[in-house]
Amino acid sequence: MNVLLLRRVIQMLLIMLTVAALLFVIFDSEQFRHKAAVAELGALGLATLSEADYQGWLQRKGLNRPAPVRFVRWLKDIAHGDLGQSSEKDVAVSTLLKESLGHTAVLAFFVFLIMIPLAIALGVLAGMETGSMLDRLISVVSVITTSTPQIATAVVLTVVFALGLRWFPSKSAMTEGFSFRELVLPLLTILIYDVGYLARMTRASMAEVMGSQYIRTALLKGLPYRQVVVRHALRNALVVPVTLICLELNGILSQVVVVEVFFQYSGFGRMLFDAANYGDIQVLQAATLVAVFVAVMSQLLSDVAYRFLNPRMRFA
Amino acid sequence: MTNQDQATLLAPSLVRILSPARGVALLLALIWFPLAIFVLYRAELGEQARYVLIPAIPAVLILYAWALSSWRQSRVALFGVTLVCFWLLIAVTVPFLPLADPDKPVAPYVVPGMVRHGTLFLLGSDTRGRDVLSRTLWGCQRVLVWGVTATLMAYGVGVAFGLLSGYLRGWWDEIVSFASNLLLSFPVMVLLILVLNVLGQSGFNIIIAVTCSSAPIIMRIVRGLVLEARERDYVLAAQIRGEHPLWIMLVELLPNVRGPLIVDACLRLGYTTVAITTLTFLGLGLQPPDPDWGLMIKEAANAALLWKFSYMLIVPALSVTSLILGFNLIADGLREMSWRA
Repeated sequence: MNVLLLRRVIQMLLIMLTVAALLFVIFDSEQFRHKAAVAELGALGLATLSEADYQGWLQRKGLNRPAPVRFVRWLKDIAHGDLGQSSEKDVAVSTLLKESLGHTAVLAFFVFLIMIPLAIALGVLAGMETGSMLDRLISVVSVITTSTPQIATAVVLTVVFALGLRWFPSKSAMTEGFSFRELVLPLLTILIYDVGYLARMTRASMAEVMGSQYIRTALLKGLPYRQVVVRHALRNALVVPVTLICLELNGILSQVVVVEVFFQYSGFGRMLFDAANYGDIQVLQAATLVAVFVAVMSQLLSDVAYRFLNPRMRFA
Repeated sequence: MTNQDQATLLAPSLVRILSPARGVALLLALIWFPLAIFVLYRAELGEQARYVLIPAIPAVLILYAWALSSWRQSRVALFGVTLVCFWLLIAVTVPFLPLADPDKPVAPYVVPGMVRHGTLFLLGSDTRGRDVLSRTLWGCQRVLVWGVTATLMAYGVGVAFGLLSGYLRGWWDEIVSFASNLLLSFPVMVLLILVLNVLGQSGFNIIIAVTCSSAPIIMRIVRGLVLEARERDYVLAAQIRGEHPLWIMLVELLPNVRGPLIVDACLRLGYTTVAITTLTFLGLGLQPPDPDWGLMIKEAANAALLWKFSYMLIVPALSVTSLILGFNLIADGLREMSWRA
């Protein structure tokens, strides 16, 4: 098991390094360097940027040295926590990242806090007796919620709860400090999709386990139903959901883009979107790197969880 | 992971459910080609453009009739196919319907059911005075054409690499698997934004972006299926006959693994529709002024945050949901039928 995990870790490191190289090559291209020069020298620079000025700027920034040298220097800077300077907001990218990731972490924390117990309870209840009324109800609702794109959920929630009932504000910019009321709608938008998805997967896993031989044996030898479900079935049925919960870290980074942009919540997704829109290359590069790092870590975590929880894999 | 596990179980029976495969493929092509030509070259073709859609209309009806008769055992699939065929029918007939021009501003902020300037706005008008009903119905064309094209492209790439790495193994497998792991290590939205930022924003680049995010998953599914199928006797027989590896991959292996791929394709059409709508909402995808659901939400979300005008948001949101629900229900229904069969 340790050898397999070690292999996985090495593969992850290799992927991170390749992604870093890829991002370096993309944003080191002439097109983006020129964009960066224009962004930094301002609108006036755009009109007057002569070839000599541009070369001078490259010289000052050390951008005219050979690419491998710059790549190593860039990696060193990252290792020291220096991710560059945002050209749009004129602050260090690391400060910007820390702040926005913090906001997104708050959102993600509440998502996990509510999603895990709710989705697993629903999924287990539905999967315990497939075909029951409860199972059908849960299945139908979860198909609908997983079919609704989050942009549509956000729209419906805003219309009903913000514009109609006026319970929550329609935007979550949090200009006057943190307010839980402003967090509710973005939170619900993410939850409605994720709970449906996780409940569906838990149901499928539970249904499979409940149909297996050892559960039938346990029931036939006269163990109480409750005990069979809690002691025998759950342990195996929860392996898949737990790995999915780990992967959800990755999913959330993807989902927050649209949710945060719609509700104007200033987290990671919105920062990434703004950076892409305004051509803030340093931020885009750093944000992508961080996103991939989180994603890779979540994949590793889910792998470890799978091996740890699944007794069949424990000695493999 | 779970899709794949489920997918491997249901290969043979699914193929039986979709038995007249060539006929269905022909019908789909008959719908897709005219629609693609219409959406891409409407400006060049001028007034006559809408007549290219004529062959697609009976094709949609025949497809629907076929689905109704052969999927009778699954109510879920029937409901799904009804939703999808509704939007397909709208997409191919919308130029012939008596609707207002979707891009012409008449009167802004007209609430549903009101008459203004002699025109009845059944679903009201948007912030610039364009008819919401007409824009919603026209909007499905772009989503369907780009969504289906992007999914097809992702499938082409994913299946090709999946066959290569699954059948040839060795170095091919190592390289292809690493590349797909690399792409899968990006959160989807981050990857889409990155690709569109590097390549620029257009419909064709959306296809490339969606291919980057979907092809690795398809490749994994195909690879898994092929790894299992290549041990069968018919592959060995073909190898002994001295067939070319390409022949074995395309003629022997691909048809035998197509069942699970069809279910996944329905799901993936849904995901792609979500991605395209979301990207358009973010302003990164298809560009205005042509009507599009994501664009309608974007425009209304900036300008019309009042209960009175909420129809501008709700109508496109429900439309896109119904289309995606259709794709997902078809996938669910097909899976259900193949388990029962």
